[in-house]
Amino acid sequence: MAQATNTVEAETRSYVTGLRCRLCRAEYPERPVAICEECFGPLEVEYDYAALVRVISRELIASRPPTMWRYRELLPLGVPPRVGAETGYTPLVPAPRLGAALGLKNLYIKNDGVCHPTLSFKDRVVAVSLSKACEFGFDTVGCASTGNLANSVAANAARAGLKAYVFIPEMLEQAKILGTQIYGARVIAIRGTYDDVNRLCSEIVYTLNWGLVNVNLRPFYSEGSKTVGFEIAEQLGWRAPDAVVVPMAGGSLLTKIHKSFAELQHLGLIPPARPRLFGAQARGCNPIVAAIKEGSEEIRPVKPRTIAHSLAIGDPADGYFAMRAIRESGGWAEDATDEEIREGIRLLAETEGIFTETAGGVTVAVTKKLAEQGRLSPDETIILTITGNGLKTMEALTASPPITIAPKIAEVERLLREGI
Amino acid sequence: MSVTVRIPQPLRRFTENRDVIELSAGTVGELLEQLERQYPGITERLREPDGQLRRFVNIYVDGEDIRFLSGLATEVRDGTEVSIIPAIAGGSESVLRC
Repeated sequence: MAQATNTVEAETRSYVTGLRCRLCRAEYPERPVAICEECFGPLEVEYDYAALVRVISRELIASRPPTMWRYRELLPLGVPPRVGAETGYTPLVPAPRLGAALGLKNLYIKNDGVCHPTLSFKDRVVAVSLSKACEFGFDTVGCASTGNLANSVAANAARAGLKAYVFIPEMLEQAKILGTQIYGARVIAIRGTYDDVNRLCSEIVYTLNWGLVNVNLRPFYSEGSKTVGFEIAEQLGWRAPDAVVVPMAGGSLLTKIHKSFAELQHLGLIPPARPRLFGAQARGCNPIVAAIKEGSEEIRPVKPRTIAHSLAIGDPADGYFAMRAIRESGGWAEDATDEEIREGIRLLAETEGIFTETAGGVTVAVTKKLAEQGRLSPDETIILTITGNGLKTMEALTASPPITIAPKIAEVERLLREGI
Repeated sequence: MSVTVRIPQPLRRFTENRDVIELSAGTVGELLEQLERQYPGITERLREPDGQLRRFVNIYVDGEDIRFLSGLATEVRDGTEVSIIPAIAGGSESVLRC
């Protein structure tokens, strides 16, 4: 009995030592705050890596159920997750047919378009942040969202019995609005872009006692993205890939994938490697790509104009960190036009049977460009991170009317003669 | 008549907890100088030693980010509303190396 209790304690222990400002290094206890009071710098979760290295092992991780929580020691939660216990461990799919089309022999798709429960990688960050919201005692939660996060916050809040307010820009796909309202969340559209929504939400947290996952819970929220990288490494047989292509909105996913490989190396779980990080944006909203291409230290905000609504953040919160991760890793960044995005969606669907949303179209189109530029080599192990599902952004495409015939075999034979 | 400046919560310990300050100035830069005169120490939180705005501080003039206008040279006049809002950002990998 005593042993069983100890096991549970060991399983649920937190290795978080606190929060620390990325700029001035000021330290804070774990609480729902994202900004340093001294210098306004971002706060980051800190772990006791010396203790972690003694505890964590490939065997321990492999012994656990196939969810993101198999890496629980590297996530900022001291108790079992309140929501999202089944989230993560999405398929890493070999993509030989897409690879042949792009001239890349070892291409894989990390398919978060089938993440549980709302079909995007945002289920990972919400699993962490809403569980954390419960730990902090919030009864009302919410987010600023371009859609996928809205869906996930709404669904997971429903499951946890939390009240949810979701703030979105007024121009958003119907599926993402319906896919938020259906869970009973209050959806509030803001006149303006995502950047206006984000600004409003950063004021709300000082006025109302709400847990907004990507505002005052952001240090915890963003840690959830690391599990994409952990899973890629484990699914490759405990090694880092040579390159990862990642769509960028705020830029957080790319920085956290970079961090995930660094943590795995630091803890001796994968051999030393230097995976290159490649960022993908839409041409109509490419502030990080522009800075990378110009070799600039400054990221100039833009007014988004793209069909890739989930990437339409003109003032990317983590832009500087994403830029640094790309440069330090030896990667690069590219953008794709709306037409190239549509072609990317079709190419992935026709070659690998995966229907991705517009952000995935951006990733495929950018990978094509990077291969053509010789920035990705044919024999390298390359991962495309597909972060969302095509059923949510159908407005971006138009279906051709199907050929209609009478239910007669002669009609089918006629069509075949005509070369259909 | 004057310019209305909205102060974010983390800076209100400098402003006797006031969330709105009325000032007179011709540009955003002058406004910050006025603010400093009235509440010494406050703009150290907003500007680098060279006078540039800190990376994670955004200023809006009537709802528009001053990076889309003329930065600190953006003009303000009577009735203008200026908001100072800390930007929300995450973190990165380099914590491991510290």
